[in-house]
Amino acid sequence: MATDYSDILSRLCFHLKQFSSPDVVIAPETDLINELAIDSVKLLNLVMEIEDEFDISVPLNALADVQTVHDLANLIHHIKSAKQ
Amino acid sequence: MSLLDKLDAVAAARKALLPEGLDVFGMPIEEVYSATEARVGDRRILFLGTNNYLGLTFAPECLKAAHEAIDREGTGTTGSRMANGSYSGHRALEREFADFYQCHSGIVFTTGYQANLAMISGLAGAGDVVLIDGDSHASIYDGCRLSGAEIIRFRHNDVADMEKRLRRLGERSQSTLIVAEGIYSMLGDQAPLAEIVRVKNAYNSILLLDEAHSLGVLGKTGQGLVEETGLIDGVDFITGTFSKSLGSIGGYCVSNHPQLDQLRYISRPYIFTASPSPATIASTRAALKLLRDGTELRRQLWQNSRQLYARLDALGYQLGPQPGPVIANILDSPQQALMLWKGLLDHGIYVNLILPPAAPEGKALVRCSVSAAHTSEQMDYVGNVFAELRASIFQ
Repeated sequence: MATDYSDILSRLCFHLKQFSSPDVVIAPETDLINELAIDSVKLLNLVMEIEDEFDISVPLNALADVQTVHDLANLIHHIKSAKQ
Repeated sequence: MSLLDKLDAVAAARKALLPEGLDVFGMPIEEVYSATEARVGDRRILFLGTNNYLGLTFAPECLKAAHEAIDREGTGTTGSRMANGSYSGHRALEREFADFYQCHSGIVFTTGYQANLAMISGLAGAGDVVLIDGDSHASIYDGCRLSGAEIIRFRHNDVADMEKRLRRLGERSQSTLIVAEGIYSMLGDQAPLAEIVRVKNAYNSILLLDEAHSLGVLGKTGQGLVEETGLIDGVDFITGTFSKSLGSIGGYCVSNHPQLDQLRYISRPYIFTASPSPATIASTRAALKLLRDGTELRRQLWQNSRQLYARLDALGYQLGPQPGPVIANILDSPQQALMLWKGLLDHGIYVNLILPPAAPEGKALVRCSVSAAHTSEQMDYVGNVFAELRASIFQ
């Protein structure tokens, strides 16, 4: 299965659609909290979905530096690459 | 945003949501009449939100023990045990907890919150993993943060989901601390302990079970879920609190691992705080005896819990998945929950209001906590008020 950044970004955006209204455009620079209104609880649930989608472990501690969709995709890419 | 601007934002959010002139999250209690009744303003109210499950806060044995301890040892210890020593009562209570659970040893903490903070941060550290249930209490989340370990969540009470996450960790599952709760405080449901123990053993992990809400409630002698299920040997560390069934304040941990004692030298929430007051320790020792012998109290508690759960269920309220001393009414919006909470208070019933993000899955909760000290007539009255309010809440 391809695990390059663009593939991760595309799959991540698909998941993020569930957490936002249909008219919101999700781009790498989209702010998860301020633009997608993903609060702390939603983010925790999103992490579990991401873990299952990519078959990885995402420690909650690693979210401290995540603000945008790109940050999250980058984190997934980093964890996925380290695992392989 | 400045530091103080952040607090102004909190104030604005509260003002937008909560009614004027009513201190929802800090209700002034003017007088306490008994384990179940008090005065708010000029109104006599029924406590139906405190976690006084066995109703021991006014037990004569506990009051007498506390009075005698104050006279004998003063109002406080004024320091930590590492710096200022351990009073005989503290040491005795630790032995009594170990004896109660038939475990190797026990440690007493100043609050239940600190018990989880101390145990999780003492057991796990950088490079380790803590695997927690998604509905864990804040003390468990905060203990994880203090530990510096990697924090992974599994879906609430979903052991297959927990196992999937352990599998992903590979060999790191052996340095993983799994944390679950006997009864979960939000919805009042019990952990599937047999399945958790099976998976924990298969992956060579360590299991900590918080019996905060199940101590005194489950099991023949009130040990909690470990006794109810007969699985005490499958749990590595048991924590709990004095502030619910034991009617005081404090926390404990018991274990058969002899290494437990070493936490006294590395665990910051144990070291850097004053030890519990002599009166607290004395009343807790008296309460623990009553709890062990409290078969009749548990029978009354469960009778009350089943009576109220069945009534609310029949009325069509959405409840937590199983009856117990915590009966959570799940509402679709904060406004609906607030209306129910206020309606109950207007009828002299004081319960817990839990709003997002504290409530699971973005819902809002009106949470009742039942006590052995409640009467069947009081449960009837509560049911009648819920029935009266139903139409206006769900219109």
